[in-house]
Amino acid sequence: MTDMADTARHKGSLLVQDARTVKRNRAEARFKMYGIAAITIGMLMLAILLVTIIGRGAGAFQQTFITLDVPLLEDKLDKNGNRDLADIKKVSTFGYAPLMRTAFEEKVAAIGIETKLSGKDMANLLSKDAAATLRDFVLSDPSQIGQTVSFTFLAQSRVDGYLKDRVDRDNIANDKNISAEQLDLVDALIEAGSIEKKFNLSFITGADASDARPEAAGMGVSMIGSFFMMLVVLALALPIGVAASIYLEEFAPKNWITDIIEVNISNLAAVPSIVFGILGLAVFINYMHLPNSAPLVGGLVLTLMTLPTIIISTRASLKSVPPSIRDAALGVGASKMQSVFHHVLPLAAPGILTGTIIGLAQALGETAPLLLIGMVGFIASNPPDSIAEGLMSPNSAMPAQIYEWAKRADPAFYERAWGGIIILLVFLITMNAIAVLLRRRFERRW
Amino acid sequence: MTELFNSISTPVLILAVLALAVLGYLTIRARAIASGGGDARVLHSLPSYYGYNAAMFIAVPALLVLALWLLIQPMLVQNAVIDTLPAESIAEGASVNLLMSDVRRVADGLETLVAQGVMTTRETLTLDTKTTDLRAVLADVGVAVGAQIEAPVLAAAQKYRNLSTTADAWRTAIVLVLALGGFALAFRMTAPSFRARNAVEAGIKAVLIIAASLAILTTVGIVLSMLFESINFFRLHDWRDFFLGSSWAPNFRGDSNLSILPLLWGTLYISFIALLVAVPIGLFAAIYLSEYAGPKVRAVAKPLLEILAGIPTIVYGLFALLTVGPFLVSVFGRGDNGMLGVDWMSGATSVLTAGLVMGIMLIPFVSSLSDDIINAVPQSMRDGSFGLGATHSETVRQVILPAALPGIVGAILLAASRAIGETMIVVLGAGAIARISGNPFEAMTTITTRIVSQLTGDTDFASPETLVAFALGLTLFVLTLGLNVLALYIVRKYREQYE
Amino acid sequence: MKDNTNAENAVSTNTVKIAARDVQVYYGDNHAIKDVNVDIEDKTVTAFIGPSGCGKSTFLRCINRMNDTIDVCRVQGDIRIDGEDIYDRAVDPVQLRAKVGMVFQKPNPFPKSIYDNVAYGPRIHGLARNKAELDEIVESALRRGAIWNEVKDRLNAPGTGLSGGQQQRLCIARAVATEPEVLLMDEPCSALDPIATAQVEELIDELRQNYSVVIVTHSMQQAARVSQKTAFFHLGNLVEFGETDKIFTAPEDERTESYITGRIG
Repeated sequence: MTDMADTARHKGSLLVQDARTVKRNRAEARFKMYGIAAITIGMLMLAILLVTIIGRGAGAFQQTFITLDVPLLEDKLDKNGNRDLADIKKVSTFGYAPLMRTAFEEKVAAIGIETKLSGKDMANLLSKDAAATLRDFVLSDPSQIGQTVSFTFLAQSRVDGYLKDRVDRDNIANDKNISAEQLDLVDALIEAGSIEKKFNLSFITGADASDARPEAAGMGVSMIGSFFMMLVVLALALPIGVAASIYLEEFAPKNWITDIIEVNISNLAAVPSIVFGILGLAVFINYMHLPNSAPLVGGLVLTLMTLPTIIISTRASLKSVPPSIRDAALGVGASKMQSVFHHVLPLAAPGILTGTIIGLAQALGETAPLLLIGMVGFIASNPPDSIAEGLMSPNSAMPAQIYEWAKRADPAFYERAWGGIIILLVFLITMNAIAVLLRRRFERRW
Repeated sequence: MTELFNSISTPVLILAVLALAVLGYLTIRARAIASGGGDARVLHSLPSYYGYNAAMFIAVPALLVLALWLLIQPMLVQNAVIDTLPAESIAEGASVNLLMSDVRRVADGLETLVAQGVMTTRETLTLDTKTTDLRAVLADVGVAVGAQIEAPVLAAAQKYRNLSTTADAWRTAIVLVLALGGFALAFRMTAPSFRARNAVEAGIKAVLIIAASLAILTTVGIVLSMLFESINFFRLHDWRDFFLGSSWAPNFRGDSNLSILPLLWGTLYISFIALLVAVPIGLFAAIYLSEYAGPKVRAVAKPLLEILAGIPTIVYGLFALLTVGPFLVSVFGRGDNGMLGVDWMSGATSVLTAGLVMGIMLIPFVSSLSDDIINAVPQSMRDGSFGLGATHSETVRQVILPAALPGIVGAILLAASRAIGETMIVVLGAGAIARISGNPFEAMTTITTRIVSQLTGDTDFASPETLVAFALGLTLFVLTLGLNVLALYIVRKYREQYE
Repeated sequence: MKDNTNAENAVSTNTVKIAARDVQVYYGDNHAIKDVNVDIEDKTVTAFIGPSGCGKSTFLRCINRMNDTIDVCRVQGDIRIDGEDIYDRAVDPVQLRAKVGMVFQKPNPFPKSIYDNVAYGPRIHGLARNKAELDEIVESALRRGAIWNEVKDRLNAPGTGLSGGQQQRLCIARAVATEPEVLLMDEPCSALDPIATAQVEELIDELRQNYSVVIVTHSMQQAARVSQKTAFFHLGNLVEFGETDKIFTAPEDERTESYITGRIG
């Protein structure tokens, strides 16, 4: 530890790296590599996730349809021939089945396909929804009875799967719903242009369907459920969150009560969402007897869950308004309350709005608490008539609907679950984009 | 009198109070201006503040009492009615809750009968199940009742309706009196010297305080709602089995094994694997982004990583069940047909599946928390280290990470808390078999999964198989609360160190 | 200016340690240092003085390439230590900084023990073969930092727990422990009280025995007390450089005179 050691150590030229520096630089490069690898893994996972979602879900927006000319025979649909709606209604969907059998047989004969299949087996290629579609059409316009009308029916999910390569001849051996002969017929019909894949609007607008009809299931009604929940969340969480933040940020004295509230809020932000579900079940349903599965209850639960997020972001934007603004208002004789409501709050508004939208997006994607308050497994078939009904009548929500489909052990429903995710993500991306734009547009640097 | 008050429904009552408030605002504001002799400048506050003050006096106490009353009345009435139900009708097997919902439905039915003019109130009180087929009568007015109505149920329903009607009448009367009283009080107070603005601001402040304390109320609500049902559970089921037993096997014969330990094991095992994935990747990502990456890389990579955090957990659940699970099976399973030629894994759901996917979900969580914490280490530390001739990685490993350690530990604890409470990924990806095993390729189940399965579908809130969910929920809450409070404390202390 | 430095060299007994020629520094579009030429001698304390923002700290940070850590900063020109261009592509800044130590404006001990703070540099540069040697290095550095007697009983206590003056001397000991040849000090006393300042100044004077010390200071009294050579910077230019006594008693440039008499700065 003398000047001798000193000189021994540093005698080497700066222009030549000594062995130790070379080694250290290698360690440096390695370390940096780990970082790049970590980022790459993260990006890769994101890419795989998005590719999977789009690859598996895009198919849900297309559906296989079969075009048939159906003779609406009077002797089957309206025996009395007086077009009395009440009489026509008495014919159930079973009454329509023979029509479609006939239509199918005629179609096959017209094209000139040789097949050993019975009319019933042919009609099985159609969705179980097809008869109902036909019946609805007749009921809405009884004057068409007696005519032959061209219809585009949904094909059943196996046929759809065959066109989307989900079903092939090797894996149908034990499948009761489809046979190789039926697939031969499908091939022939595709050739003839009677079976084709088309954009399927009813996946976006329609209601969920029973286990046997995956081809008819849609997201529409659960979207409405989600919409009403978000309405509740917005109406409650925004004012309450802003009020709480104003108190904590502007008025609260520094004491142990305020401390407890603050710790409480940051803790609530980290409480598992399922716990909020239990709270909702115990308080809103078991104690207050609000209806099960209602978007109102879902909205209340999500409000409690979103509040901490909104409070935290609102406080941050209140904090970013410089004290000089408050001082200026107080200086001209405004009360503390006036300075906050007239000056601080408007300046913080863009930040509050951004935080609220992000909180809403979080709430929109939340599933677990909804399972506990019964927003799954229920098939709401029609959109609600009024706001009150929308809030109170049982419904599902987008993520709960996706969960419901994921549980059904039919690959056709899996496709719909992925498709549902695409729709959900479109909403989330839109909301986040709005939040980012708001922030860009109104961001103020003090 | 009762009849008159009962003819006012709750929405109408609320509207009436609000209308009165508006009226109060207008009259008192006018009166304030008049009391100043038409010159608003002699008043202490702006005239509108006098009006707001009046509206506040009229509406707030009245609506507050109304809300409280609406919350408490059903409980009091129900307790009074339950006492009148004979013990044998409860003992017949139906639970009190089911019986009470029958009682409520019949009472509602009676209400409808009166409302539609089929019967008078007096007639409903003298109904007898022997002489009248009440079910048919009710069906006629559109009220469907499941079973035949028993005499005790009818009696209880009559009492229920009786009590409710009386209470409703009192409620309406008291609310209206309060509103009018508020009006009178505001009227008397209005004078130029009255500090209306201060009164209104005190009122607003009270509202703000109430909003802020909602957070506490929520926590109290969470704890109480789970505590009561947990106590019920421990009345029905031995606590030793719950905390110390070794198996989870609910059944409906009534001799279920309901021990939390196998579930806790599954939860912790999956969380451990998730952290094993998320912590190194997240931490290195944070180090790279905050120490090495240029502003351009940072501007692209950081938001992209955060997209992973914004994706709903249901998406990850589906990803686990349908993509990662089958992929892992093709690697570690299928015997000779698999990629490794081993047969360790049979189903898509497993500890590994759920753990890996949860790990991916937690990457951005760990990285953005760590990023903040690393950025909080002062630049002077880096300068000091560089000035001594340290390389960047030596600076990170030997100066920045040790300095940031408490904060990073806090971040990892928060991530652990999130992993333990995560529901959708494990519901779809982990499986439903409760067991204590070290094999990550086996399906296991977690606390959250069991809460979902015990509380969905047909639930009977008198059976331990349902109530156990609340005990599980409470345990989960306590567990995550402990982690959160500890983590928040550590992070807070850490930040104070560098402020 | 050039004449000036040459004149100094003629009378100097020490060898030139650092030679800077036509140094320019840019922060983005801002031209922060303009045409600086200076020769800094071995075993001498050189003070950089000048008003705030004149570029003296910036120039100091060029000497051990600390400016590399700032993205927008560009350095042009030629700085040589012992005749080697430190901005040559072959030079590793890590190796350079081991040779050119630095002490900062604010004491910045690492959140580690006193011992680990001092041992940090020797450890990363591999100066000790074993624990005993490391102990020896640490003790010797703390002695040279004139803080050994205060901390010898609590080497495992955190360095952040010391007082401001002690922290700064610890930082000097930490810099000395890597056995540099040049010691750069960026306003080392600006965060210290007068007593601590006096201790550090005394220390600087002792350090002159072994090192070439360059100190940036706001205080002209300090420059006069500790340095043998003084450079006056103004608006990014090196205005005057020479013997400290001469700069303070008979400055050649009128800007130097104005600054020293307190009319600018």
